[in-house]
Amino acid sequence: MSDGPSYGFDTLQIHAGARPDPATGARQTPIYQTTAYVFRDADHAAALFNLQEVGYIYSRLTNPTVAVLQERIATLEGGVGAVCCSSGHAAQIMALFPLMGPGLNIVASTRLYGGSVTQLSHTIKRFGWEARFVDFDDLDAVKAAIDDNTRAIFCESIANPGGYITDLDAIAGVADGAGLPLIVDNTSATPYLCRPIEHGATLVVHSTTKYLTGNGTVTGGCVVDSGNFDWSASDKFPSLSAPEPAYHGLKFHETFGNLAYTFHGIAIGLRDLGMTMNPQAAHYTLMGTETLSLRMERHVENAEKLAAWLEADPRVDFVTYAGLKSSPYYERVERICPKGAGALFTVAIKGGYDACVKLVNGLEIFSHVANLGDARSLVIHSASTTHRQLTTEQQEAAGAGPNMVRFSIGTEDADDLIADLDQALTKAMN
Amino acid sequence: MTKNPSDELLRKILTESKVFACVGLSMNPVRPSYFVARYLSLKGFKVIPVNPGHAGKMLFGQEVRADLASIPADSTVDVLDVFRRSEHVLPIVTDALARLPGLKTIWMQIGVENAEAAALATEQGVQVIQNRCPKIEYQRLFGELRMGGFNTGIISSKL
Ligand SMILES: Cc1ncc(COP(=O)(O)O)c(C=O)c1O
Repeated sequence: MSDGPSYGFDTLQIHAGARPDPATGARQTPIYQTTAYVFRDADHAAALFNLQEVGYIYSRLTNPTVAVLQERIATLEGGVGAVCCSSGHAAQIMALFPLMGPGLNIVASTRLYGGSVTQLSHTIKRFGWEARFVDFDDLDAVKAAIDDNTRAIFCESIANPGGYITDLDAIAGVADGAGLPLIVDNTSATPYLCRPIEHGATLVVHSTTKYLTGNGTVTGGCVVDSGNFDWSASDKFPSLSAPEPAYHGLKFHETFGNLAYTFHGIAIGLRDLGMTMNPQAAHYTLMGTETLSLRMERHVENAEKLAAWLEADPRVDFVTYAGLKSSPYYERVERICPKGAGALFTVAIKGGYDACVKLVNGLEIFSHVANLGDARSLVIHSASTTHRQLTTEQQEAAGAGPNMVRFSIGTEDADDLIADLDQALTKAMN
Repeated sequence: MTKNPSDELLRKILTESKVFACVGLSMNPVRPSYFVARYLSLKGFKVIPVNPGHAGKMLFGQEVRADLASIPADSTVDVLDVFRRSEHVLPIVTDALARLPGLKTIWMQIGVENAEAAALATEQGVQVIQNRCPKIEYQRLFGELRMGGFNTGIISSKL
């Protein structure tokens, strides 16, 4: 936003959004554990309620600890602003809410976190919204799925459960051609590995529950706006371009320019949907972001070692990790996420469903949990857990078939992880 | 695209200026120009509205002026804030340079740019900001946007 000095990622992940506390000089960002904020006087209150001034009113809308995290993630992603919310799933609803209405649809990648497939294929129907799932490697199919009622394109950068990298530049080209915003879930990559806005994304969503927090303590989500989409170019986005009755007929885009989407997220989204992040959660996630690059480097280094070891093991059929030369997506790593293909991958185990269950039971260091992006290495048999609600066809499209185990590689000693896998694979084959 | 002004320059303009003349200011409270001008007046700037359609009315405690010539000589305008389309800017700037002694800055709002007018002003030692909004810059530089989770670009370990 300015022409001042530009800083590197390692500096920004510690400093962006934060300053010493103006009241006490506290150097670390305090946890502002308060619900409400005192107005200076009646005029100040009125200016805040009319969106004439930005400030703190009530913590459903804004909170000083959460605001630091919002600015930090917005900065790391190269966006103009961000709204944090209570979980990654909340962030997805918050991201879509200003764009959607009954009868409208989004075009989404088949390769998504299972919970997102469920949210988008079933739950959003109750709002009258529809998601059309398409193979995002087939650009013609993406184009064909778009119609007059489409309001967004949705995908993950590095897709959970791993191994797939979306060609963001190509998809952004399709979205652009159709005059639609591209929403990218960047949870598995983090802005350290991938910056979707640089590839043409309009909005970036996160489950901050994962790598941004980094140690499995709190759930959270975030919606970052690039500030690059012209909401007034068509009449498709009236929440942003048309007069807003709840604010005396103010038009968000006209009034707030490229900050409109974020203003709307606070003034309408958080105000009325209330999926707010609490300041304690923001605190834990802020602690996590301070070491993001350091952790991601180790996550990637370990993932590369383990994926290569597993691929060479005779008890394994194949490994889907885009960081392996054997991956059809290896070429995309350099362009989309040059610092590494993340630390999530799936492994096809010889012996199918039963061997997968035994492998998971036999591991001592890896934890069997429905999570990813923890400092601890994690394992899950997606078909019997996170992707259980999906049909076998959907499971396979998402890379979560019955013979597949998903790993989220932590930051422990790679040799210890390999030894653990080795002994558990032996148990699985018996 | 015009060159981005430095944060230091924007800070200097927004702290040292006292009087803004807003050309093309709307009297409609949900129009962006009204929003900006009201904000500036709330922050303690004297805002002189310039709009021939509403001359003589009062806004933010000041009389609306028909044109720059009608601004009384005792109100030294520091910043001319232009809310007109780019193609209308040149005559406004020419007029301002002739009639407003003491003018230090010409500020063109977001979407407003005019290279010829900018060159003319710069030649006469008047600072030019283009395609920016003083409200947003004020909110960004003095901590307000930070409260909303916006990317302010400000990194500082100072209190
Ligand atoms: C890629 C991705 N997006 C979204 C989510 C949902 O996030 P949350 O669990 O914080 O609601 C997850 C959670 O596993 C995820 O992996």
